[in-house]
Amino acid sequence: MELDGELLRRLRAGDERAFVILVERYNGAMLRLALSFVDSRAVAEEVVQDTWLAVLRGLVAFEGRSSLKTWLFSILVNRARTTGVRESRSVPVADAGPAVDASRFGPSGGWAAPPEQWIEEAENRVDASKIKELLLGSFDGLPARQREVVLLRDVEGLSSTEVCAVLAISEANQRVLLHRGRSKIRQSLESELGGAAR
Amino acid sequence: MRLTFLPWRTRHRALACQEVVELVTDYLEDALTAADRKRFETHLAGCPHCTEYLAQIRETIRLAGRLTPEDLTPDMSTDLTDLYRRWRAEG
Repeated sequence: MELDGELLRRLRAGDERAFVILVERYNGAMLRLALSFVDSRAVAEEVVQDTWLAVLRGLVAFEGRSSLKTWLFSILVNRARTTGVRESRSVPVADAGPAVDASRFGPSGGWAAPPEQWIEEAENRVDASKIKELLLGSFDGLPARQREVVLLRDVEGLSSTEVCAVLAISEANQRVLLHRGRSKIRQSLESELGGAAR
Repeated sequence: MRLTFLPWRTRHRALACQEVVELVTDYLEDALTAADRKRFETHLAGCPHCTEYLAQIRETIRLAGRLTPEDLTPDMSTDLTDLYRRWRAEG
């Protein structure tokens, strides 16, 4: 696979093909991220197009201090937030629910209803498409900030530092959002897939 | 999360499972102090349920990382090529 840096160089030199390759590489991820900010697909596609235009216009100034992916996502988040319908009604950052419902622990804080097994189920017995559907449904149920962090970290594979830069949040805040988001997704996987062996 | 905020914590006491599940992300992010990390790992060594819980969080992350974005539709592809050409024409 051609490196982003090489594609950027070609793009600066006016190579349309380099643009097409970059679009093929990143457009899907950008659309998915945009959809976590705005309600309609049409608006999300618009945000993504605006982002590509901003990228082309900013090519000369891009110094490559961050990765191309981080730069693309940063622009996209800024665009989406100014458009963001969904963001405005999202739950504030301090959504302080526990990782696991308190009713599952005894008075001393030990498990009363321990985690039900589901890993093997997920790996060997459930269709990839079913898992995908479960995960996407569960992402959709997350408060916007948690969804954004989990998407960028766990789906897109950005580092915590990159996520903080893209979303303009602190490391501590990022960890809290990631924690809440991952915990809820684990819970929905357990609820959907757990206990099948019994 | 800082352990001191958890009401049931007393110094040097072993962690309860309910505390452990709140520390999993900090553990994976390597954000625990050396002492808390040790307490976390000590708990895990003796607790199959929390070990399972950690494995499930790791599996959750792994499954999320396997999600592939949808393919570019021909319409979007055309729109973006047009966008590129308009930009080129801007000079």
